[in-house]
Amino acid sequence: MIGIVNYGAGNIFSITAALKRLDISYGMINSPTDFDLYDKIIIPGVGHAGAAMQKLVESGLSETIKSLKKPVLGICVGMQLLTDYSEEGNADLLGIIPLKTLHFEGRVAEKVPHMGWNSIDFQNNCPLFKDIPNNSYFYFVHSYYIEHELTYGIATCNYGLPFSAAISRDNFWAVQFHPEKSGKVGEQLLLNFNEL
Amino acid sequence: MLAKRIIPCLDVKDGRTVKGVNFVDLRDAGDPVELAWQYSQQGADELVFLDITATHERRKTTVDLVKAVASQINIPFTIGGGINELSDADVLLNAGADKISINSAAVRNPQLLDEFAKAFGVQFVVLAVDTRFVDGKNYVHLRGGRDITDIQTEDWIKEAENRGAGEILLTSMDHDGTKNGFDNGLLKKINDTIHIPLIASGGAGNQQHFVDVFQQAQVDAALAASVFHYGEILIPELKETLHVNGIPVRR
Repeated sequence: MIGIVNYGAGNIFSITAALKRLDISYGMINSPTDFDLYDKIIIPGVGHAGAAMQKLVESGLSETIKSLKKPVLGICVGMQLLTDYSEEGNADLLGIIPLKTLHFEGRVAEKVPHMGWNSIDFQNNCPLFKDIPNNSYFYFVHSYYIEHELTYGIATCNYGLPFSAAISRDNFWAVQFHPEKSGKVGEQLLLNFNEL
Repeated sequence: MLAKRIIPCLDVKDGRTVKGVNFVDLRDAGDPVELAWQYSQQGADELVFLDITATHERRKTTVDLVKAVASQINIPFTIGGGINELSDADVLLNAGADKISINSAAVRNPQLLDEFAKAFGVQFVVLAVDTRFVDGKNYVHLRGGRDITDIQTEDWIKEAENRGAGEILLTSMDHDGTKNGFDNGLLKKINDTIHIPLIASGGAGNQQHFVDVFQQAQVDAALAASVFHYGEILIPELKETLHVNGIPVRR
């Protein structure tokens, strides 16, 4: 059963609706002891990374997240929270994966936000992308991106520059795109996470 | 590579999908949730729901519709119509809408764009603009094209971008319903001046019109209604045509 970290950063209707469609059971994590009720954890998040981090700290859940040993999936801003730092709000984040979150503005000639379906290139045999054709399109909406890097990067996307579409370290996994809005391949990714 | 988006637009009235020629003479084309599901299966990249009667009747778009769509559809969608203040948008986003579209409310109160961007982030706000060519200039129109304003379209879009609109949905009232193609000249002119995504609307009649708007105006997305609703253009075939013409699409 999947626990969704409920810290008030954006609406979680879409992710719960996707899990429902896939017959994956889930519940909400509102306090540190709630983590014990679930065998997998999703950290959602939309909006401002600095503000989201502040809410996460205020919720009292951030220290417990760092100590988790069960599979964790960060989505969009929930992904960025796992990194060391974001230029959005000049914020220090959880620091679980030693990467930086940077602004597209000023670094690419393309329009910002990066909005729409973009193809990604992922590592072979990555369990998160099992039964998904490489170079599939996923739905992105973001103005900040995680730097491209090979130690923790497991999927790359290009938007004026290469950036991390997905990263992982030990039991922590994260995707910049929205699997809950990415059609069949997004649903397959959620099923894969549930099988980890 | 970022794909160009194909967006069916579902005009909704009383919970049913309708599409009028030049926004009058409404015809019923089905259940919006069922239609939305069909489009997602066909490969539509995104959906827009507009309650076209909401603005002049001052009715709120139904939250139930948004919830039903968000529960059953696995692609992003925008809801517009009757959104006049922050609380309207808040309710719809919490009901599962990915983006909200505003039109006349922003013309009446441009400050709304700043407020929405601050509250929800720029990516949630689509500014819909209805434009018509009058006496040699492009003017913003309200109430589905019924009322002219004294605001020039190019100026308004630029101001909206500066205030925090995340995306522009530009409908040419001169082209809408004609099926003679998009207003590629105006779209290109606008697209060259903004740094946020532009959705072309109004005039789609055949597949070549989509090729033309992407090649000539370089817009990010193209929206249409009746050609999709009545099966005159099938999305898988349209995507194949775009691909053959070198336009990046999700297939």
